[in-house]
Amino acid sequence: MFIILVLLLVLMILGAIVALESRDLLSGIISLGIIGFALTVIFLLLQAPDLAIVQIVIETITLVILIAAVLKTTKTDTTDEIGLPKMTLWLIGLAFIVIFLISAYKSCQHLPEFGSPVLRMAQYYIDQGFAVTGASNLVAAVILDFRGYDTLGEATVLFTSVAGVIAVLRKVGRTRP
Amino acid sequence: MRGMTIIVKRITQLMTPSIFLLGVYVILHGHLTPGGGFAGGVLIAGAFVLMVLAFGLEETKSEIHKWHVSFSESLGIFLFWFLAVLGLIQGTYLFYNMLAKGVVAIPGRLFSAGIIPLCNLAIGIEVAAALYAIFLTLAVLKMVEKL
Repeated sequence: MFIILVLLLVLMILGAIVALESRDLLSGIISLGIIGFALTVIFLLLQAPDLAIVQIVIETITLVILIAAVLKTTKTDTTDEIGLPKMTLWLIGLAFIVIFLISAYKSCQHLPEFGSPVLRMAQYYIDQGFAVTGASNLVAAVILDFRGYDTLGEATVLFTSVAGVIAVLRKVGRTRP
Repeated sequence: MRGMTIIVKRITQLMTPSIFLLGVYVILHGHLTPGGGFAGGVLIAGAFVLMVLAFGLEETKSEIHKWHVSFSESLGIFLFWFLAVLGLIQGTYLFYNMLAKGVVAIPGRLFSAGIIPLCNLAIGIEVAAALYAIFLTLAVLKMVEKL
């Protein structure tokens, strides 16, 4: 179990590196899909089918939208090179890796055992969720009854982001360069 | 945007109703089985996206979809806020579950858990419209062509 999780995490990191380094945007996006689908397998292994369903459908449709958007644009990476020598960039990257590794090691020592909840509230949800809400899917009971405010905020954020996308990409009001 | 070959079109004709129906099922059974409004809404949006990609803009008349999309997007978010504020109108707190949960409606049936299925329905409408609107804006309507 643990070995499979580590292997999937290594695969995700490799996919992210390939997506960053490839000059062709299409292959970059396709290798970005490795991250999402490996995350789906991880959710299934950790017995979270709700998250797995959401993750796999979101990943598929975002990949389709990104590919359809990329096929209409330049298809090549047009980021400018930073004007620093390569050795300096490597040193900065290594310094950040060391800092994050040290802080992650320090903070992981205080984490509780994997799978045991930190909050006493979670135990109340598991014990009383079905009796209080009447929903046999505990995840739906939590996100729509106990934590309804969060879902309301999420839906509003999605609405606002769609309004933003339409406002930025609209045809009316764009000046010709 | 033109359509694809006859193979893709035929497969799409076979697959699209099943995907749409699966989305509706996932939304309606969100309080009983894994899934919910978000996943089902994305599935419904995926059915529309598949149809537009396979058949092209002219054949699916996607230009008139813009009005429907913006209407159902606003309808979904309005329904969700309405369900949330309904508790306040009755004099209780936000998201008060005022429908029958376990007394009249047996837990485990389709009609149970009070307003949770209605919230799932509202989220499903909103998410489906949102993702389809992003797809129409970003990929199809040729707005990013000459930047």
